[in-house]
Order: sequence, then C-alpha cells, then structure tokens
Amino acid sequence: MTNEQTLKMEFTLKSMDFNLAGEASSKIKQVLQRIGISSAVIRRIAIGTYEAEMNAIIHAVNGKMTVEVSKDKTEVTVVDEGPGIHDVDMAMTEGYSTAPDHIREMGFGAGMGLPNMARCSDVFSIKSEYGVGTEIYMIFNH
Amino acid sequence: MQEYFHSVRLDTDKCKGCVNCIKRCPTEAIRIRGGKAQIIESRCIDCGECIRRCPNHAKTAFTDNLQDLANYRWNIALPAPALYSQFNYEVSIEQILEALLSLGFDEVFEVALAAEYVSSQIHDYLENNTGNRPYISSACPAVVRLIQVKFPELIDHIIPVDSPAALAGRIAKCQSSARLGIPPEQIGVWFITPCPAKVTAVKQPVDMEISYINGAIGIAEIYGELLKNIGQNANNVKRTATYKGVGWALAGGETKATGRDSTLSAHGIQSVNDILEQVVLGKLNDIEYLECQACAGGCIGGPLMVQNRFVAEKNMKKRLEFIKNQGLNDDKEAQINYDPAEYALVKQKIEPRSILRLDSDIVKAMQKMELIEKTLARLPGLDCGSCGSPSCKALAEDIVQGHASETDCVFKLRERVKALAEEMVDLAQKLPPSLNKENEEGFYDRR
Repeated sequence: MTNEQTLKMEFTLKSMDFNLAGEASSKIKQVLQRIGISSAVIRRIAIGTYEAEMNAIIHAVNGKMTVEVSKDKTEVTVVDEGPGIHDVDMAMTEGYSTAPDHIREMGFGAGMGLPNMARCSDVFSIKSEYGVGTEIYMIFNH
Repeated sequence: MQEYFHSVRLDTDKCKGCVNCIKRCPTEAIRIRGGKAQIIESRCIDCGECIRRCPNHAKTAFTDNLQDLANYRWNIALPAPALYSQFNYEVSIEQILEALLSLGFDEVFEVALAAEYVSSQIHDYLENNTGNRPYISSACPAVVRLIQVKFPELIDHIIPVDSPAALAGRIAKCQSSARLGIPPEQIGVWFITPCPAKVTAVKQPVDMEISYINGAIGIAEIYGELLKNIGQNANNVKRTATYKGVGWALAGGETKATGRDSTLSAHGIQSVNDILEQVVLGKLNDIEYLECQACAGGCIGGPLMVQNRFVAEKNMKKRLEFIKNQGLNDDKEAQINYDPAEYALVKQKIEPRSILRLDSDIVKAMQKMELIEKTLARLPGLDCGSCGSPSCKALAEDIVQGHASETDCVFKLRERVKALAEEMVDLAQKLPPSLNKENEEGFYDRR
C-alpha cells in the first residue's frame, strides 16, 4: 500500500508568459530534492521539464504539465492547445527550430528542446496534430 | 571534534529575538527559540549575511587574533587582495605589507600572487575540459558550501583547482620551511580574511584533508593596528603580484584574470542562488566559467571589512589602474619559483551535504511532502516570522518534522483562542433547568 504512494503536481503554462518561465520546472526540482531523489536523476528531470515548459510557453496557446512522482519513477505529461507540430520527425532533429527571430534573440529556440527531452528521459513519446495541439509524455526512472 | 566548525556565531546577550536574520538567511538556517536566534549547524554556510542584517550586532564571526602568533617560531601573513581596498590607493601595497610585518609577522605572502597562478590553472583547465560546463569557481567557500547543501547536483561543476588562499598557504609554508630549515609545524600561516567563510574554510576545508593555513584573522580585527603602523617606508617588502591577481578582490576580477571569453560573474548570495538555479535547468551550458561570490561586489564587500563596499570598490579600481600603469619593477620570477607539480595535492572529492531531504526513506519523504503542503494550506501565508521560522512554508516543514507546532503561529493561536472564547461564552449562557426561568414549560410538556 505505502509503495503506491505518489505525489501529483499540476502546472498551468501560459503562452508567452516569460515571468513564470522556469517556475514549474524549478518547483518540480525542489520537490524531488526534498523527497531524496538522486542528484543525477534530478538534473535530467529538471532539464527535461524545463525544455517542455519553455516549448509550451513559446509555441502553444495554453498548456498543462502534470507530474506524478512515485518511488521509482517520475512521469511527466505536457498537453497543450497550440499550433501543433507540422513534421514531428523534423522537429526531433537537433538544431531544427521554427521559433521566430525575436524568441531566438532571447536565447531560446535553438532547436534543441525536443532532442534534449528525448535524451534526458527514459521513455519519450510525442503526439501532435497540426492545428490542434501537442502531447508529450516522458518517464524518468529514479 | 564537532561535526561542523562555524565561524558565524551568536552573542546571546545581544540577540533580541527579532526576525531580521531568519528572513535573510539563504539556507534558512536560523530559527528563533526561547526568544533567541539559533543557528542550525548543518544548514549554515558561514556566508555572513546574518552578520550584515543583525541590527543589534548579535551575529559575530569567530576569527583568530594576533596573540595566536606566539605559538609559532615563524609567522607568515597571507593578505587577501581585498585588504588593499581598505586604504586609499596612495597608500602603496608595500606600505600595507610593511605594516603587517610591524604587527608581528615575520613574512608576508600575497594571496594575489597565488591568484595569478590559479588564474592560469583555470585557463588551462577550461582549455582542456568541456564536460561539465559551466565550470564554477571554487574560490568563494560560502558558494562551495551553498552548492553542497542546496545544489548537490552541481558539485561536479566546481572546478578542481585550488583557491588562491589555499595555494598561497601551501607555497608559503613549504618554501619558508625549506629556506629557513624550520619544521612546517612550527610555522604559523595566517590568512588575513575579509569574511567568516574563509575562517571556516581554513579550519575545516571541504576539499582537502589538511589546511596549510593555521588560522584566519579578520581584517576588521587588525584594521586599527594596521592604520597606526602604516609608515612612510617600506624597505623590507616587495610587491609581488600584478593587477591581475589584485583584481580578484572585485567581482569579475577572477574571470578577467583567466582570460576566457565565455564567462559570467554573479555576486551577492541571493543572485548566486538564482544563477545556480539556472545552471540546474541547463540554461547556461554555453557559458564556460562561472565566477560566484557570496558577497555583493566580491570580496571587497565581505562582512569583516571596515570600509563601505562602494568606497572599497572605488579604492580598488583606482589602485588597479595605478599599478597597471606602474608595472612591476622587480623580477618576481626570481623571488618565487613556482612549479605546480611540486605543490600539487591530492584533492578530496567535495561531498554533498544536502539539507533538503525530508526523510531517508523516499516513501516517507513523499508522505511528509504531502503533509507539508496540507499544513501550509492552513497557515496564513504572511511569512511574518513571528513563529520563529523564516516563512510559513518553513514552519509547515518544522511542524511536520516535529520541531514546531501549529499554535506557534500567532494567527492559528488566535483562531484557537477565539474558538475557545466562543465556546466559553456559549457555556456561560447555559443554566441548569432548576434556574432556567425562561424555560417554564413543564418537563412533561416537552414530549
């Protein structure tokens, strides 16, 4: 019974809300540290969730990140209503970006978001429908 | 030996139990209990922020003093570059060093010179290593401790290069021992320090087994004596360090001296905390080197300094400009032959000392986390500190960990008293049936 103990967190991600950018991933990191997840794993989760958070803020209209932490894994789901991704394979290529110039000037949109998420997580899946939205699912084993 | 040595201490007589320090401590290491501040040893990083904030001067830094020199046959002073900022640039570095000698030291070794060696070591290390970018400077001991307790995931980013003070201590002790034929244990090496963090670093180094430095003497401790002894002559000493090493005293001086392009300098403990958060999120991977200093302005802003930090900054900038133009007229190479290999020390790995973990058992920690959130939701959220914990969140955690109770919160206490008072009023109005005249109906009529 106790082994099924989980912690759930939910964050709303708003389009272009740079004031709150990084807030969700920082919060997640803090909680994981309190629980005692190892530093190396926290590092991967922090980077993965930060990239996902920024993607939603930069590209989507509205998004939601749900995190469920259990004893041996952290599951992250990011669902957004947004433009969706035209060509997912293309978006998974390192350095490929559709971010407009003004976003790149801020140091974002280097085309590393999705590849970084895939690299940091143990399970990574992405579903996207052009014009509807995107759903990213990641599992990080502890 | 105690588990943790701390330079920062409390003078209980002066402490009034106000909440200034608990609210500014970057690691939430202070609680008010029994009307006095209490420092939680495992959390304190000796940054000295509380020394700055305490209006009653109840927070002090333990440092060694000049009497301790009597225990050694030969004493060497290691002045931090920041010391020079306490004087107008017209007082030459030689005059300052000479004044140190007149306080009872037999020799001075400028930490600024070691800083130059360290700068080139950092340069070379960054040239050959790219794996843990951004590398973080190891020079500020309060920052190293902040990483240990709050950012254990960044320990591998700390550059494995000695701090200038540590290197200066090693060179000074080894060279003088060989030159004078005095055993190292009879040589006292004293760092003239701008901050308590360095005192702690000397007494309990995090990355090496023994420190070559025997103690640290606060600049404020000897400032008056120094001033008295600044003379016109400086015949017994020579300046050895150039502006590059001396510049380490200012925020940004270290990165400048390393000669690397992609660097960033953060100073002030809160700003350092914020920038480290960014490193964790992978935002600064394009930065090669990160200089972090706990004190705003760099070492010239240390809690054991005498001059206002902006005045010190002005003094230092003037001095740097001056010695840059002046150059060195003696050949320092002849004075100190430095071979890194000769003084190389097997450094110990810096161990994490995380204060964040709620329980050694993950499941229990998760339960506590949930309980903290629930407790927090019941608290007023004013973060007033009256309970003795720095914020409502910290109180919620203290409650869950069994160190505090909900009624420590004055607002919760008031709620409880109000509820009790209401119940009392309620009870006071109740009368036994024999006296209750308003209720005259007969017992049997009620049915």
